[in-house]
Amino acid sequence: MFRKVVKCAICWMPVLLVSACATSQPQPLRGTGDLGVVIERATGQVQVIETTGRRALAQVSGLGDLSHASVVFSRDSRYAYVFGRDGGLTKVDLLTASIAGRVVQAGNAIGGAISQDGRILVAQNYEPGGIKAFDSDTLELLADVPASYGADGKRSKVVGLADLPGNRFAYALFDANEIRVTDLSDPKNPKTDRYPAGKQPYDALVTPDGRYYIAGLFGEDGLSMLDLWQPEKGVRTILPGYGRGEQALPVYKMPHLRGWAVAAGRAYLPAIGRHEVLVVDLDDWKEVARIPVKSQPVFVMARPDGREVWVNFAFPDNAWMQVIDTFSNRLVDTFQPGRAILHMEFTPKGEAVWISARDDNKVLIYDTRNRQKLAELPAASPSGIFFTSRAFRTGF
Amino acid sequence: MMMSVCVAMSAVPSAQAQVAAPQPERMRALVHLVRQDCGSCHGLTLQGGLGPALTAAALRDKPREGLIATIVGGRPGTPMPPFRGIVSEDEAVWVVDRLIEGFPADGGPAAIAPPPLQPRMQ
Repeated sequence: MFRKVVKCAICWMPVLLVSACATSQPQPLRGTGDLGVVIERATGQVQVIETTGRRALAQVSGLGDLSHASVVFSRDSRYAYVFGRDGGLTKVDLLTASIAGRVVQAGNAIGGAISQDGRILVAQNYEPGGIKAFDSDTLELLADVPASYGADGKRSKVVGLADLPGNRFAYALFDANEIRVTDLSDPKNPKTDRYPAGKQPYDALVTPDGRYYIAGLFGEDGLSMLDLWQPEKGVRTILPGYGRGEQALPVYKMPHLRGWAVAAGRAYLPAIGRHEVLVVDLDDWKEVARIPVKSQPVFVMARPDGREVWVNFAFPDNAWMQVIDTFSNRLVDTFQPGRAILHMEFTPKGEAVWISARDDNKVLIYDTRNRQKLAELPAASPSGIFFTSRAFRTGF
Repeated sequence: MMMSVCVAMSAVPSAQAQVAAPQPERMRALVHLVRQDCGSCHGLTLQGGLGPALTAAALRDKPREGLIATIVGGRPGTPMPPFRGIVSEDEAVWVVDRLIEGFPADGGPAAIAPPPLQPRMQ
């Protein structure tokens, strides 16, 4: 294990946070429920932010290649685990704004998840293709589960990793057209079930109750759904043929399904190769609506109360954002918050949304009632924004 | 990965043809585009992701014409989309030549002001 203690890297903002090495002054007590991190993708740094004061508290550097970085939180929401593109897995202490542990666990990684009991971290890897499990306290390797397939044991890129009840994890194999569920309740002895799925799954989500796992497909019109309460029934295709045989439009950025968009008993899903958000009923899996939008949707995210769904878009239309009212399934707003909008994150109860504008080097904070800007913060090439409230949500 | 699908070959300037280099601001925009937006799949460092690595070492054995055709026309059956209409063919040649020699660092988005942000549509 490579453990790295950060020097006093962080003290550029003399605020509440006291870095571990700083002074003999007593550290003021504080909670972590209103903290989060903003990824500064080009410089391998994260900012520790506070949603109550709408401000940055500190910056932590030395996290490696953070293109496509994602974050999960410890169940006490003190630590942020940052999964980097280069296989780096870094445990960041939000209270001291320092690195509490770091391993480089793969050559090319795409994200991670944390178990129901908070003890196990799982990384999903492109190279070598598979998942790996780590002790969330020490970052010690617990299990290595290759995504091997076919007679010659080739390894697939893994996408769509999601935590499930029972310390199980669901994920999909881009190259092997499969969904797999690995039970890590005995982490030294992982057990994996395999389910044939549709063509080229590119990402997936699990519903908030942990019941349905839905994988988006690049290689066909439709999505693959596995009912985890009845896995013996196998994978079912939902919204088959949503493209109606029309020529798919170019996809300049793959949609992300993880920011779940389950609202009002329906799932709001990005179509692929079509400028539409597809709405499916979670009871009968019938298409309820398809909502034409500005461009290829990337994140389709429900406000925590489920009344609105916010959508951002792929290059070259990534300055735009649209808002869907889930009561009427109509667009209620279309606006341009800034250049290269990469991600958004709602505050725990959804009164505000933080939006990253990569090419403006800013994070923008909007009031979700009237969609007026409340504040903006400087950030270097910001991408993902992650709040500690994710610690308590299945699938995050 | 085999570069056999050269659907747009006929539309691409011949490999040996000299093409005019883009203007400096456009170069900056192209470098930013490749690093950041192609980087969604190929990685900011171009070491690969859902798409293959685009480092000089990874491209050493790939024919230049095939690379140019891939940018312009995409690769059907894979997630690689066509960039026709977003980069010109000459610009695709310039990008490929830079990739082959080791791609430059990102200098940020083009300094030219983008079109002004539009007011809300509703």
